[in-house]
Amino acid sequence: MTETLALGAAEESKAPAKKRRSLGNWLLIAVPYAWLLFFFLVPFFIVFKISLSEVAVAIPPYLPTFDLSEGWAGLRENLSSFSFENYLFLFEDDLYWKSYLSSVWIAATSTLLTLLVGFPLAYGMARAPKAWQPTLLMLVILPFWTSFLIRVYAWIGILKNEGLLNQLLLWLGVIDQPLTILNTNAAVYVGIVYSYLPFLVLPLYATLEKLDESLLEAASDLGCPPWRAFWSITVPLSLPGVIAGCFLVFIPAVGEFVIPDLLGGSETLMIGKTLWAEFFNNRDWPVSSAVAVILLLILVVPIVLFQNQQQRAQEKDA
Amino acid sequence: MAKKPIGPVRRSFAPWENPDAKPFIEFRNVTKRFGDFTAVDNLSLKIYEREFFALLGGSGCGKTTMMRMLAGFEEPNEGEIFLDGQNLRGVPPYRRPANMMFQSYALFPHMTVEGNVAFGLKQDRLPKGEIEARVQEMLKLVKLEAFAKRKPHQLSGGQRQRVALARSLAKKPKVLLLDEPLGALDRKLREETQFELTDLQAELGMTFLIVTHDQEEAMTVADRIAVMDKGRIIQVATPAEIYEVPNSRFVADFIGSINMIEAKVATRNGEATHLRASGFDREIVVDQQTEASVGDTVWFAIRPEKVRLSFDAPADGCNAVQGEIWDIGYLGDVSIFHAKATEDVVLKSTVANVTRTVERPISWDDRVWLSWDRDAGVILTR
Repeated sequence: MTETLALGAAEESKAPAKKRRSLGNWLLIAVPYAWLLFFFLVPFFIVFKISLSEVAVAIPPYLPTFDLSEGWAGLRENLSSFSFENYLFLFEDDLYWKSYLSSVWIAATSTLLTLLVGFPLAYGMARAPKAWQPTLLMLVILPFWTSFLIRVYAWIGILKNEGLLNQLLLWLGVIDQPLTILNTNAAVYVGIVYSYLPFLVLPLYATLEKLDESLLEAASDLGCPPWRAFWSITVPLSLPGVIAGCFLVFIPAVGEFVIPDLLGGSETLMIGKTLWAEFFNNRDWPVSSAVAVILLLILVVPIVLFQNQQQRAQEKDA
Repeated sequence: MAKKPIGPVRRSFAPWENPDAKPFIEFRNVTKRFGDFTAVDNLSLKIYEREFFALLGGSGCGKTTMMRMLAGFEEPNEGEIFLDGQNLRGVPPYRRPANMMFQSYALFPHMTVEGNVAFGLKQDRLPKGEIEARVQEMLKLVKLEAFAKRKPHQLSGGQRQRVALARSLAKKPKVLLLDEPLGALDRKLREETQFELTDLQAELGMTFLIVTHDQEEAMTVADRIAVMDKGRIIQVATPAEIYEVPNSRFVADFIGSINMIEAKVATRNGEATHLRASGFDREIVVDQQTEASVGDTVWFAIRPEKVRLSFDAPADGCNAVQGEIWDIGYLGDVSIFHAKATEDVVLKSTVANVTRTVERPISWDDRVWLSWDRDAGVILTR
């Protein structure tokens, strides 16, 4: 009885605060929405519009193009000429769905590999002496200070047949023949794991660092040896960080173009590469736009999942 | 030492008085250093089975380190710790038959109340039915049956504290370690819980070791208290002894409120000792023998509630000094009077407010007599 009364009172006190949302508040919210509108939604609609167009030998290389001077009649005629033909084409040619599937597969595998490398790294950082942690964090962020492209190029020097890795292995006597790593999917995995490692390590470190050490002591006190406490306490409690980190790797990796192009071989099929070829080699803007729209739809699913997970984590904190 | 036997007040239980009694927990010359800092300094201590023992001291006195060494989170640099005859050196925390209730409670946030209580039992791979029965038993003990499916963040502070208690008791440890268990609770709840803890300990017949900085808490719950300072134990005794017969100025000052008067031994006369304090007309007579020689500087310590206030000169044979009321503090149940006896000595006297009269007979600037019996105070030599 008293509890319901108290709840009612709490709700009442909240209500006026909601009404008092001023102009300043609206402006504050409007800025990010305006950003999203101009830099995400508008470009998306341009791409979507192009994907419904027809390829043409013109500048820009598609038809129809909007011309404001033609007025409403011209606009209506343009709209009537739109078609989903390009999307149907994506299903007819198996190159596209194979590229999508292969991209998702490569991204998923690399995400798993990144997790395998990143978890011990983040765990070690979180368990390191407090005085070292800023330095270790700095070392993780440090590669960002060099251009991504240059760092990927550097891997060519490491992975090629007469590269540093093969020379080292030959010198150590581990192998007698240089290994062919460059221009294979293995090199793509190496590239993705290397490039996206900080995106996984940082959120994971943040979660692990917050983990109350007395929980592990409590587990130990209750008869749980350290390795078992790791699985029953550390892993479940770091799950939000693991999920956040994995999405931050998986989502950009699916659409990755530079790494498969520079490190991958001819058999490396990724949608980013296909898109590039369609756009620049074939100059088929409508089809490549359709590829991009479908890619976006494929990525929206994990992004929405990611958002949900973040929201749930936030609610839990509150 | 005082003549009157001051024993445990709660029940007749005093294994420490029996020289043949085997200690259940023993610290033998234990030293623990963290870098340059010596947290525990060559410390020996015996705790007996079924005892409720309190380690009391300010922050940094080493009390928590003592408990953490017993739990196994820290290894002593020197010395040995025995629990029920077993030397604990090298035994990891997860193999020690001691369970701890953490100051922060350290409840597993991703597990329900049930899950938390069952955690320790699951580690022993007990049959499922047995675990369930034990969890129910524990939840009943702490009156949380209705909250079994809740997560820790859905509970109040008091409920969390009880989950932590149930979890640490679930494995029936040989000794339960309580690290500032009531620190996070508000005053009312803390007082209630103190009595619940003593009842629980008596009911379960387990050995409890509590670490606290709260002297009231230690005195309420414990059979014996060890007062610690700078890694050493200053005094180990029952709450009543600690309060009435402190062995040093540190203990006297740490526990409760006290008047301390610096004095010199004037004469030692059989049972009594006469002290001379500067500014006092009369000698202070104490029914206590002291190891201090005539002429040595000692401290006379007396609790404020043992100092009487009156307008008329008290009868002969008791200690008295005249003073001027300096300050009055009204605390509801008692009033504290500060009376200036000499230039340097302000004596405190607490008087219970037994009537509701608003006007107090004694007021500011009144000249009053402060008097006390010959056995009311103690002589401290250190």
